[in-house]
Amino acid sequence: MSLQTIPSRTVDRRALMRRSPLLISSVAVALAFLFPFYWIFAQSMQSSKEFSLGQPRFWPRHPTLENYRDILANDGFARALANSFLVSVAVAAFTVTASCLAAFGLVRLIRRGKEAALGFFVLAGFFPMTAMLGPLFLLFRTTGLLDTFPAVILADLVYTLPLATWLLTSLFEQLPWELEEAARVDGCTRMQALRHVVVPIAAPALVTVAVLSFVLSWNDFTFALSFLSSPQKYTAPLSMVFLGQSKYQIFYNRTDAAVVIITVPVALLVFLAQKRIVTGLTAGALK
Amino acid sequence: MTALATRAKPATSPPPAKIMRRRRREGPWFGWVLVAPAAGALLLITAFPLVYNAMNSVRHVDLLDGSSRPFVGTENYRRLFSEHTFVPALEHTLGFTAVSVTLEVAVGLVLALLLNMPFRGRGLLRASLLIPWAVPTAVAATLWRNMFDRSNGFVDYLLGALHLPGAHVTWLANTWSSWVMVLVTDAWQSTPLVAILLLAGLQSVPAEVYEAGRIDGASRWQSFRYLTWPLLRPALMVAVVFRALSALLIFDVIYVVTGGGPGNSTETLSFVNYHAFLVDNNFGYGGAISISMLITTVMVALLLRRVLAARC
Repeated sequence: MSLQTIPSRTVDRRALMRRSPLLISSVAVALAFLFPFYWIFAQSMQSSKEFSLGQPRFWPRHPTLENYRDILANDGFARALANSFLVSVAVAAFTVTASCLAAFGLVRLIRRGKEAALGFFVLAGFFPMTAMLGPLFLLFRTTGLLDTFPAVILADLVYTLPLATWLLTSLFEQLPWELEEAARVDGCTRMQALRHVVVPIAAPALVTVAVLSFVLSWNDFTFALSFLSSPQKYTAPLSMVFLGQSKYQIFYNRTDAAVVIITVPVALLVFLAQKRIVTGLTAGALK
Repeated sequence: MTALATRAKPATSPPPAKIMRRRRREGPWFGWVLVAPAAGALLLITAFPLVYNAMNSVRHVDLLDGSSRPFVGTENYRRLFSEHTFVPALEHTLGFTAVSVTLEVAVGLVLALLLNMPFRGRGLLRASLLIPWAVPTAVAATLWRNMFDRSNGFVDYLLGALHLPGAHVTWLANTWSSWVMVLVTDAWQSTPLVAILLLAGLQSVPAEVYEAGRIDGASRWQSFRYLTWPLLRPALMVAVVFRALSALLIFDVIYVVTGGGPGNSTETLSFVNYHAFLVDNNFGYGGAISISMLITTVMVALLLRRVLAARC
């Protein structure tokens, strides 16, 4: 017994030695990508007095939450977060519904023109955002949609619809016909077959699409900057950028607090839905 | 006998011919109805701007005198080359795209190889790489602007502590260091996506291939060079094209970090396009920039396809 354990231990240690460069480099990589968040978090806990000394430390001498209180209570950042949430949920809801219908139509019903339609969906995803700004600005101005959420929601669809439709189309192509046909024989209409047969099977993919859409529209800055003008309608990224610009003296510790607040929900979502996001991104790109 | 048997079969299961006929009859029309919401929304936000930009680009469109839109021919397009904004922006954009894509694909490949090795905590590492990607670009830009701040930024702190040059420097004051800030921000946010794409490519290489290589006595380098690399090519191509096409459109980082400055030395195509539309409210000139940007994008995409396909 003892004769066996000793060699296996040395082997373990040798394996660990061989592995240590790998471990060290992965820790270094993780640090390089995550340390900035820690630094910004530490700065956000500084009081403006300590911050103005310009002597940064890894952890402030007198940590305080005053920046968080300030931006949430006085600068309307709480409202901006709510606005962002509203916009992102609307974009995700529309994207899931519209791309599911479109994918079903493309895969199951359309014979001629399917490839062309899919090609259009994919190409639309590469359309330059700033080329949309002028025409949409004029359109929203004449229709009275300027400075409203629907304007931003509509424009945000350029981030989400191409990826979502592409993902769901390639998924539906793998689903067997037979289940739907069985439902049809049992007297379901086509839409009932979609709702009661296809949607439950595709549910995981629909969740992936919803998560990706939420993240992508939560990220938007360009459209909010261009189409929203009243501060009470600002989305969170827009509000954060102007937080630093509206004061006589810029105190970055306040924008630091905003960075932390916006990052937390995204980080949570990434940890919870990591696998989904990765599959969604890679399936969307590599097919 | 056999004829009877085959004929008897459809009676028990649903007659496929009938279903097929019904599908063909009611199918396509209803299919397009289902596609309409998604396609309609996308047409409205991409095809309409394309056409409207093309129309506006040969006219003078100003918000102040909105009613008349006089036809000006190629004036807006000639302005692209006579004024000192578009051409520098084009150069900046192409230069930035070349440098950032090279950097991100190189680092992304190393990260992907690392993530492809089995070790404990791999999932955690992948998740921590995804967070910079998932954070809004404006947030990434704000974060790095603050990291490079001359009094409270970490870069400054680190360089000062190590007694290296670059400490206590206003990074935004000159062109070169402003571009460094933009590149670092973009690489920090985009390299993870490249790594994830390449990782998917690596994982599609079957283990048997490496097994066979090892039996044939291939060294580690040889197995990378002759097995991994060729099989990784498709994923690499996708990553390069993806990154290049989005690097050409860089806007948020420029707006937040440098504001196009100092002077106009970090202005990109998207930045001058935004400026023409929403700061100058010049929709004719802006339209001309948009059309040129689209042409640039298509040309870069075709060029990349050509180059990458030739190498394969």
